[in-house]
Amino acid sequence: MTTRNGIDARRLVGVHAERITDVSSTDYPGHYPGEDHSWDLQKFQKVRREERLSQRSIEFDLVGVDASIANAFRRILIAEVPTMAIEHVYVWNNTTVIQDEVLAHRIGLVPLNIDPALLEMRAPNETPTDRNTVVFRLNVECTQKPNAIKGSKNPDDLYINHELLSSHLEWEPAGEQAEVFRTCPPAPTNPNIVLAKLRPGQAVEMELHAIKSVGRDHAKFSPVATASYRLLPHIIIKQPIPPHLAEKFQKCFAPGVINIDPRTKAVSVDKYNVRKDTVSREVLRHPEFVDKVELSRVRDHFLFNIESESAYAPERLLPEAIQIMREKIAILRKAAEALLNADGAADGDVQMADA
Amino acid sequence: MAIPMEEDQNEWDQINARNWKGIGLTDPIKSVEDKWLLLPAFLKVKGLVKQHIDSFNYFVEQDIKNIVKANNKVTSDVDPRFWLKYTDINVGFPDRNEMSSIDKKVTPNECRLRDITYAAPIMVTIQYTRGRSIVQRNVNIGRLPIMLRSSKCVLTGRSEAELARMIECPLDPGGYFVVKGTEKVILVQEQLSKNRIIVETDTVKGIVQASCTSSTHGGLKSKTYVATKKGKIYLRHNCVHEDIPIAIALKALGIQSDKEILLLTAGNTEAYKSAFSASLEEAAKLGVFTRHQALEYIGSRVKINRRVMGPRRPAWEEALEALATIVLAHVPVNALDFRSKAIFVATMTRRVLMAMEDEKMVDDRDYVGNKRLELAGQLLALLFEDLFKTYNTNLKSAIDKVLKKPSRTSEFDAFNTMQFQGDHLTSGFVRAISTGNWSLKRFKMERAGVTHVLSRLSFISALGMMTRISSQFEKTRKVSGPRALQPSQWGVLCPSDTPEGEACGLVKNLALMTHITTDVDEEPIIRLAFMLGVEGTSIGNLTTPKRLIAPFLDISLATGTEIYGPHTFVVNVNGTIIGLTRYPTRFVAQFRKLRRARRMSEFVSIYINNHHHAVHIASDGGRICRPTIIVEDGRPKVTSEHIALLKKGTVTFDDFLRRGLVEYLDVNEENDTYIALYESDIVPATTHLEIEPFTLLGAVAGLIPYPHHNQSPRNTYQCAMGKQAIGAIAYNQLNRIDTLLYLLVYPQQPMVKTKTIELIGYDRLPAGQNATVAVMSFSGYDIEDALILNKASLDRGYGRCQVLRKNVTLIRKYPNGTFDRLADAPLDENGQVAKKYDIIQMDGLAGVGERVDPGDIYINKQSPTNATDNTFTGQAASVPYKNTPMTYKSPVAGNIDKVMISDTENDQTLIKVLIRQTRRPELGDKFSSRHGQKGVCGLIVNQEDMPFNDRGINPGGCFRICTIKTRSADVESGTDTIMNPHGFPSRMTVGKMIELLAGKAGVLSGNLQYGTAFGGSKVGGTSAPIGRRLTDVLGRGHESDIDRERLQLCRQRYVDEWYHRRASGGLRLFWADLLPSE
Repeated sequence: MTTRNGIDARRLVGVHAERITDVSSTDYPGHYPGEDHSWDLQKFQKVRREERLSQRSIEFDLVGVDASIANAFRRILIAEVPTMAIEHVYVWNNTTVIQDEVLAHRIGLVPLNIDPALLEMRAPNETPTDRNTVVFRLNVECTQKPNAIKGSKNPDDLYINHELLSSHLEWEPAGEQAEVFRTCPPAPTNPNIVLAKLRPGQAVEMELHAIKSVGRDHAKFSPVATASYRLLPHIIIKQPIPPHLAEKFQKCFAPGVINIDPRTKAVSVDKYNVRKDTVSREVLRHPEFVDKVELSRVRDHFLFNIESESAYAPERLLPEAIQIMREKIAILRKAAEALLNADGAADGDVQMADA
Repeated sequence: MAIPMEEDQNEWDQINARNWKGIGLTDPIKSVEDKWLLLPAFLKVKGLVKQHIDSFNYFVEQDIKNIVKANNKVTSDVDPRFWLKYTDINVGFPDRNEMSSIDKKVTPNECRLRDITYAAPIMVTIQYTRGRSIVQRNVNIGRLPIMLRSSKCVLTGRSEAELARMIECPLDPGGYFVVKGTEKVILVQEQLSKNRIIVETDTVKGIVQASCTSSTHGGLKSKTYVATKKGKIYLRHNCVHEDIPIAIALKALGIQSDKEILLLTAGNTEAYKSAFSASLEEAAKLGVFTRHQALEYIGSRVKINRRVMGPRRPAWEEALEALATIVLAHVPVNALDFRSKAIFVATMTRRVLMAMEDEKMVDDRDYVGNKRLELAGQLLALLFEDLFKTYNTNLKSAIDKVLKKPSRTSEFDAFNTMQFQGDHLTSGFVRAISTGNWSLKRFKMERAGVTHVLSRLSFISALGMMTRISSQFEKTRKVSGPRALQPSQWGVLCPSDTPEGEACGLVKNLALMTHITTDVDEEPIIRLAFMLGVEGTSIGNLTTPKRLIAPFLDISLATGTEIYGPHTFVVNVNGTIIGLTRYPTRFVAQFRKLRRARRMSEFVSIYINNHHHAVHIASDGGRICRPTIIVEDGRPKVTSEHIALLKKGTVTFDDFLRRGLVEYLDVNEENDTYIALYESDIVPATTHLEIEPFTLLGAVAGLIPYPHHNQSPRNTYQCAMGKQAIGAIAYNQLNRIDTLLYLLVYPQQPMVKTKTIELIGYDRLPAGQNATVAVMSFSGYDIEDALILNKASLDRGYGRCQVLRKNVTLIRKYPNGTFDRLADAPLDENGQVAKKYDIIQMDGLAGVGERVDPGDIYINKQSPTNATDNTFTGQAASVPYKNTPMTYKSPVAGNIDKVMISDTENDQTLIKVLIRQTRRPELGDKFSSRHGQKGVCGLIVNQEDMPFNDRGINPGGCFRICTIKTRSADVESGTDTIMNPHGFPSRMTVGKMIELLAGKAGVLSGNLQYGTAFGGSKVGGTSAPIGRRLTDVLGRGHESDIDRERLQLCRQRYVDEWYHRRASGGLRLFWADLLPSE
């Protein structure tokens, strides 16, 4: 087994100036004679995983799985984790410059802080109930400020309610909702979204119905702003970089990726910060670095980045996605088993879930 | 030896010394930074459609007065003591033409909405005899439609806030009319210049001919030819049956001696003399020797069309009249002095002789200097003159009718007769402008399609229409000459903007800084020319009393020897010879100096034609010219200091003109100049400097980023396509009720702008959106220019557009006393409102905001069954009514956007209902970049299936409304597209690639980029800081490998075009006509 700077060479995807090599993975059973590459949970558990978390996003490494698994999570996160969003808008009055359907579309895109687990999906023709629908009201009128500052051009000084904001959405509890949502009353996740600009005399009066659905149906139901991964960069310095070129070399990479020894001007790759590199291939443009460096990425080391834009806390999203994946696997397993158990003559069709 | 060395050294020292403000002679000349700022200054003064507005202003302020002056008297055949004289005429400001209105002020927007005409009263001051006294009064004789933003328009000079109060868009260029509620443009018409000699050859037939179209004030046109036929030269004109030998024509014009004829035509050149001899013999062979004989010869061949049968006149008199008034009518004949006309004919003959000798001496009729552009003002002036003359004829017959009556009860007052003249002028103007038919029998003018409805599909289409020039001639002929790009178009006509197909090259567009001249009085110019030492040849041209110019007339009778002398240059003013000069260069230089000092209009042009040994001065209207910076002694006269003043706003473009820093050059004068493109190109011979190279493009071509990197036809395609882009059309777009209006819900200003975009305000009224584009092949649904859209982008509002359609009806009152009515929704037997009436409210109209489904009624109108029955005399209320509702026919539901109830000018109730549909992109919708690369949507892909880059950005982004506020500029907004890379190699739109790079660089650095023609952000400059980040390795969304290709994931502007979009629903059987018809 050849290793390159401590990483199995088979795990590397080569990044060259004009092309990318070794894209496909080879670590599956039967590819290399005499080597067993079947899935090994112990091996997977041994690999380091790390996480970084902020208010609305999470970064973590997923190591030792095939790209198809990582991609499945990415796809589920974008399209199949359910959230709540406003779907039906009943307009009683709208005298703003924004047309009814455009305003409704904008309101629909407002992310709501309602835990989807507390509600059920509503079938297309099902009647709205307190179990499947959350009702909001929007009732705003813009008026002149009584003692406005003379000559001011700032609408803040002149008018009351000159902007229709997401914070104007008022939750209207129905049935058992007051009890269910007591700890966390439904509201937009961000109160400062401008939905429309108003001027005195303009008013909006609407009833809004939020339902539960998935991102595949409409992008507004997607729980993430983005969920994606990239591969861990791996930089191999093949020949030492001359000291006078050290700084230039450093500038070819993202800040922090390359360390320069203050005394010897020796160049080294920062073990931890290498993940910050964009693999821009800038270094390959310069003739003085030809054959001195090799860029690559680790094929099974996924740096996941998920930005939540919904009721889910960022750390909850991956478990949700895994849960959905497990449900799918369960359905698939059931179907496969049914096929095996079925008599040859019997109808082999099995009802799949809505996939 | 040493001393000269030392002197040398001294000289060198002197040169290198810093002697003026710390700058030495050898220091590089400081370049004029930002001299392009002259362009916005120019546009600020002149506006984008200055040519239309200037021409209209000239008409209402000056020309209209000249026309009235020429037709100012009405007399009576009955009463010889009666006369009526127009002493003055004025056009007022537009007002409301309704008697009862208190507030007379009217805005163009009201006219558009109410289907009325934006017109102003024409007031004349008349003096006339009433009994024994002479009375002076002011009378309104009709109403003239007013051009928007002209000097008579209420919008001119208003601030943005004032315009907003009038519901008018400050970015609207104006220059059009509002007639019966529709916006009409009088397109610029291109014509061959009038009153100039054009020499052409027909190599097949071996004919050389000089032609001249004469046009005098009043539009009387006739074309005179001097042509060869079998080696002899003849004069040909429509009013003579057969060609007249040139010698006979000249004899008839008063040049009797053969020697003089020879001198005036062939001069002393042997070659010309021998070529002309045959023509000279012709007269002798025909036995014509004297002037009288010549006139008799011509007179017997003149076509006579006389309406009044008078006594038959002798032939020579007929000839004299024809020669004086019809042949070359623009050359004046005062008191039967034919001298100047004879010289003109002789000059034409000489030009023919020259072209026979040397075929290079022919003129190019496609040369822009030989063209004149006819504008709204000139056409309206002709129309006005025709209508005014008819008005006066009608007035005269009306007056005669009254005066004929032997006994009148009261004293005759012509004022009363004028009051009852009806609205001949008003209806004449309205009819001509709304139909576009200029049929003026009096001036033998029969033109259709002069006006067009202003296209409001987009802001650019409206603007593009205002700068369009249509050619008058040869639309169907397959000639290439007039269609080809002319070198003389440089800087004045856009090289890119022309339609494809039939009208290719015939319909042109003005460049950004082009100005079209209006007429300037030539008399002071002629006087000035004489002052500067021009020796007069004739006084024919002047209407001034002789004594004023007498001192200069000492050699007024120059002969051919003098005229064609080797060092003599003939001085022409507007095509007519006025005199000679022996020092043309000095004369021209002095003349220019006076013009730069603003002693005459800046639009007078002068140039030397060395081939013809002539100096031409032009002051006529319709010449195409453009401003340039004057260069003297190798330095531009405009300096950085001037530009600094301009930036401060203390000076305007006019100050630059007045101080002689900048001057207008017309196409002919450009031939006399040496214009440097850039300051670094200035050499000692340079006379001018371009203000900015990108002004050679027009307003539409100027919107293309990096056009100088594109294959030229792509820019032409883009010029046609940019006009179809959907976006915002005007600030008042939501207050307009247009027949059809396409709006984009979320228009964005382009990431990569050009200076032209900012100048015309396209960044404030944008069309299109910036898309994140991956250039890659994907799925096979992107072949043949199809493109792929991200479904999530569409969910988030990318490409969402609105279609607003107008529906109009009149609630009429009929002559028999009956009238239409609106009714509320009828109830069926169960007391329920039928589905199709469910949006009708109490007033019989659909409620605003209601959804209209196919088949719904939105105006429940009812009409009387006997509306056309004029014998009906009963009670209007008791008549039976039938339903005549307005039903929604589109297969897609819409919403009621607006309902307007108003009155038209003739007191009928007008109801307009605007119905809106909001559409989201679907398969088959057309999209285009800004480089003539259009494509239809071939597939809509889910976000998770789209390719994505390291940062999770897929072409199809990741923002929802909240992220507008919470994330900074490095957000890739989520709009996007995949474009197939096969679109590049054959189209060679390198500009598009550069736009991709600049756009991405802009997004990553948070700046807008510039892609101005011949400039703009450099690829190296913009992309250097980002390095190789400009290319992304994309992950495959629907498979699990990393894509092998290196791909461009870049930001580019995609303009949505749904202009050709079919409303969904409903199929048409295309093979219907293939079916057997039985």
